Amino acid sequence: MTETLLDANELVLNMGPQHPSTHGVLRVVLKLDGERVTGTDCVIGYLHRGVEKIGEHRTYAMFAPYVDRMDYLAAVSNGLGYCLAVEKLLNVTAPPRAQAVRVILAELNRIASHLFWLGTHALDIGAMTPLFYTLREREEVLKIFENYCGARITTHAFRIGGLYYELYDGFEAQVLAFCEMFERRVDEYETMLTENRIWVDRLVGVGILTAQDCKELGVTGPMIRASGLRWDLRKAQPYSGYEQYDFEIPTRTNGDTYDRYMVRIAEMRQSVRIVRQAVQSIPEGPQMAKVPKVIKPPAGEVYVSVEAPKGELGYFLVSDGTLNPYRVRVRPPSFVNLQALNRMARGALIADVVAIIGTIDIVLGEVDR
Amino acid sequence: MKLLRKILLGDLWDGLKLTFRTQAPKNIYTEQYPAERPRVAERFRGAPRLNINPTNGETLCISCDLCAIVCPEKLIKVTSVRNPETRRKDLVKFTYDLSRCMFCGLCEDACPVDALELTQDFELAGYSREGAIWDRQMLEEGPHPQRFR
Ligand code: SF4
Ligand code: SF4
Repeated sequence: MTETLLDANELVLNMGPQHPSTHGVLRVVLKLDGERVTGTDCVIGYLHRGVEKIGEHRTYAMFAPYVDRMDYLAAVSNGLGYCLAVEKLLNVTAPPRAQAVRVILAELNRIASHLFWLGTHALDIGAMTPLFYTLREREEVLKIFENYCGARITTHAFRIGGLYYELYDGFEAQVLAFCEMFERRVDEYETMLTENRIWVDRLVGVGILTAQDCKELGVTGPMIRASGLRWDLRKAQPYSGYEQYDFEIPTRTNGDTYDRYMVRIAEMRQSVRIVRQAVQSIPEGPQMAKVPKVIKPPAGEVYVSVEAPKGELGYFLVSDGTLNPYRVRVRPPSFVNLQALNRMARGALIADVVAIIGTIDIVLGEVDR
Repeated sequence: MKLLRKILLGDLWDGLKLTFRTQAPKNIYTEQYPAERPRVAERFRGAPRLNINPTNGETLCISCDLCAIVCPEKLIKVTSVRNPETRRKDLVKFTYDLSRCMFCGLCEDACPVDALELTQDFELAGYSREGAIWDRQMLEEGPHPQRFR
């Protein structure tokens, strides 16, 4: 698109890579007709680190810390997906205790990721206050992570076959206290935003994506649920014991930016519900399955996907029976969801592009890998 | 009702009320870092340390090389010689390249005698790349920060 000839009224504008609202180093080439966007083109790769290639040169256990660095806002979900994939390759399942703890941490991570999204998205739209409130609550989640595994962001919390770290004293109490406090805090965010006339005016009807569009583009996660499709891997293909918990999949019908906001808010409430159920019934028992010290899976290939905060996160591993994977392929939700930008932004105003990029909830570490 | 709320700016007042309610927060999350050092968690993975036996000052490390093998970044180098009398390996050199470490904790997990440990020390800035490569003495004694004030 960048190479095509422009007619006299058209203008090409570079947004990014240093634009603050592109949430990282994303460059969007906008084709403009006055204030109207007639097409977008994403230039990615500024944060490319070759994670998939690194995977081919590391043993299975060694590669686990690297996956945390893809979606660094949801490192726990990344680690969970990778561990599940290798476990499937080895044909082991994590013991029930490990599964419950994994669910708790993954859901807390979903909350943290959505909180960060909400704060920065609101900041893009011009609401400064929510950022401080959401980061305050995110801090509580990060404290739980730090107490559990010693790191706040790139956690490396799980190991292949289960958990390495024991639960610390007071884990349950801390998590329950967080749940208690957090539900009221979600109400606070809603007080500030849901009815706020500026928020509503900026978001309603902006960046509409129909269910059909979502299916065509492979969009997943909260974006597809905002378009009315009840698709959530936690229900569709339950993993790590999600089938035991009672929760709903929030959906909306319009598929605009406002609906995506509502879906994510509702998802945070559902996550609290799951965490509550899980933390009150952590089974006793071992927390590590029988996994050989040297992980050498039989030749074969697996695809395992989990519902990361941003959508379907899939790992495709090919093993040739040696110590290293033959091929690692990651299906990052942000990368696929970003493809919807062109369809959402066409016909919008430049100011709306900021809202639309924010609503996709991308993390460039995951887009570029 | 809805119209009245809209005319009277109900949504905006609600938001403002919330903002003013949090004017004097009970918990302040911003850390006053250099003045007040934060207390990190017990399991925090920070600066590495090579533990020594407190009674005789000998290193606990048995030069098994496991930490060097599991490290994904291959940044630990252990050199040892076989002692002909005790038939054990004696540690000669141990280097740890902090600049490449991602503090994943795999080396700490692998150590069979808890000699290598990631401590709660988090102030690791230095002036040179070479300074980030810690040798055995540095790993045993910990860094010596220069104080300028
Ligand atoms: S913490 Fe991880 S990267 Fe650092 S030395 Fe240990 S194993 Fe290597
Ligand atoms: S694993 Fe422990 S004992 Fe073995 S070489 Fe490393 S520090 Fe020494």
